[in-house]
Amino acid sequence: MADALIPTVIADELHIVYRVNGAKTGKGSATAALSRIIKRGEERGVRKVHAVRGVSFTAYRGEAIGLIGSNGSGKSTLLRAIAGLLPAEKGKVYTDGQPSLLGVNAALMNDLTGERNVILGGLAMGMPREQIRERYQEIVDFSGINEKGDFITLPMRTYSSGMAARLRFSIAAAKDHDVLMIDEALATGDRAFQKRSEARIRELRKEAGTVFLVSHNNKSIRDTCDRVLWLERGELRMDGPTEEVLKEYEKFTGK
Amino acid sequence: MSDRPSPDDGLTAAELAAKYGLAVSGARPGLVEYVRQMWGRRHFILAFSQAKLTAQYSQAKLGQLWQVATPLLNALVYFLIFGLILNADRGMSREVYIPFLVTGVFVFTFTQSSVMAGVRAISGNLGLVRALHFPRASLPISFALQQLQQLLFSMIVLFCVAVGFGSYPRLSWLLIVPVLVLQFLFNTGLALVFARMGAKTPDLAQLMPFVMRTWMYASGVMFSIPVMLEKHPAWIADILQWNPAAIYMDLMRFALIDGYGSENLPPHVWAVAAGWAALVAFGGFVYFWKAEERYGRG
Repeated sequence: MADALIPTVIADELHIVYRVNGAKTGKGSATAALSRIIKRGEERGVRKVHAVRGVSFTAYRGEAIGLIGSNGSGKSTLLRAIAGLLPAEKGKVYTDGQPSLLGVNAALMNDLTGERNVILGGLAMGMPREQIRERYQEIVDFSGINEKGDFITLPMRTYSSGMAARLRFSIAAAKDHDVLMIDEALATGDRAFQKRSEARIRELRKEAGTVFLVSHNNKSIRDTCDRVLWLERGELRMDGPTEEVLKEYEKFTGK
Repeated sequence: MSDRPSPDDGLTAAELAAKYGLAVSGARPGLVEYVRQMWGRRHFILAFSQAKLTAQYSQAKLGQLWQVATPLLNALVYFLIFGLILNADRGMSREVYIPFLVTGVFVFTFTQSSVMAGVRAISGNLGLVRALHFPRASLPISFALQQLQQLLFSMIVLFCVAVGFGSYPRLSWLLIVPVLVLQFLFNTGLALVFARMGAKTPDLAQLMPFVMRTWMYASGVMFSIPVMLEKHPAWIADILQWNPAAIYMDLMRFALIDGYGSENLPPHVWAVAAGWAALVAFGGFVYFWKAEERYGRG
């Protein structure tokens, strides 16, 4: 780690609230919704889910930070808020440059060929066209899609789920990032592919300023991270060096 | 980390952020910066619209042939009902009425489908909005562009219909280009407006088909407005004729059909067409941009 601490991500009393339409059932919910739409007042018919409650931390350049916590504790939501993809209800996130999530699934279309999806996914992540053209072969080779024949020219819906996951990861990992966030991306594909992706993640880490990793696998957190944030019910329960936090966490989960 | 002494101790988060030049994540950029970002994403916008267009028919056996077959079948149905059964062609010869009708249907469908795609542009792509970072206006604009490409396929059918009923290519066909540009701008503006409203109230997707159908019948898609409203006060016909959908339809008919002369157009029609396009495109863009940082919630 560099001697001078240069912050890259600062979260300041961050609150994230999801609003869910139509989660309430029972009498009068439709009319309540109607009056809500007309009056634009306080949203009574809508269920609110308070996913992140007042989280504050500062991340510095060169850090690899693991995010742990049980399912539904707000880890992925926190990542999305850092990336600026979910608006904050209260509080603020300050970042250096544009943090990006490692993931491109939503931009890909199953009815298109793998070939076109590589280009579409790259463009969706904001890569310039020349760069995509340059790295195209690299992406295809990395995914190993063409190892068993010319599959890249077939529509993605014909792929097995493992093949599709491999292509998605390969596309997502093709871009360079300042602040990189990885949401349990490692668990896809066969053993050989997992090895290759772990190596690629390490490479990305070297290039990126700061890395966030969400994982339920304590081993991969230990391998990659030097600091851990532990979230529970949307609150920051612990923030410190990996070993310390993991020890407490393992006690908590009863391992 | 935090127990290491540092000159930054005691600074609040905001001061610390200011010191190192960090910016608020997900904040709305200024309008000029936003336009610059959009320009940077132009390849994505185009690729996304083409991908959507291709994906539409990729499971069909006839594949991309449906791009042309769908509008053709549409035209046939309208011809059957309004041309043969209802005889809505008052005051027009068959040579004029059939291209008149088909032009109306295609041009209105362009606006209609742009609005419908706009309503779902954000609310139907929340996964994308929540996963990747790009100016959100890319989505509605991309959907409007997809509809434009769809219309270009329909134009092939339209040209055949025009020629089949005795309107041969002539110089005025060139006017189709400016009409399409203006209508595309207008549609994009509408798509942006409805994308923002649809993001907040997804119920619009259920409501809009009825609004659009009412608009269609009021715009003279299958009849001539002045002829149909002869017995009513003139101002009703005037209002209907000045509405943007009617304006773009009439201009397209004027450009394409031999027997549909300028006597069918309201005065200052080009100025009105351009005015609607500029007003709605610019207003829609600003209106959409105003909520940029809020898309993706809920």
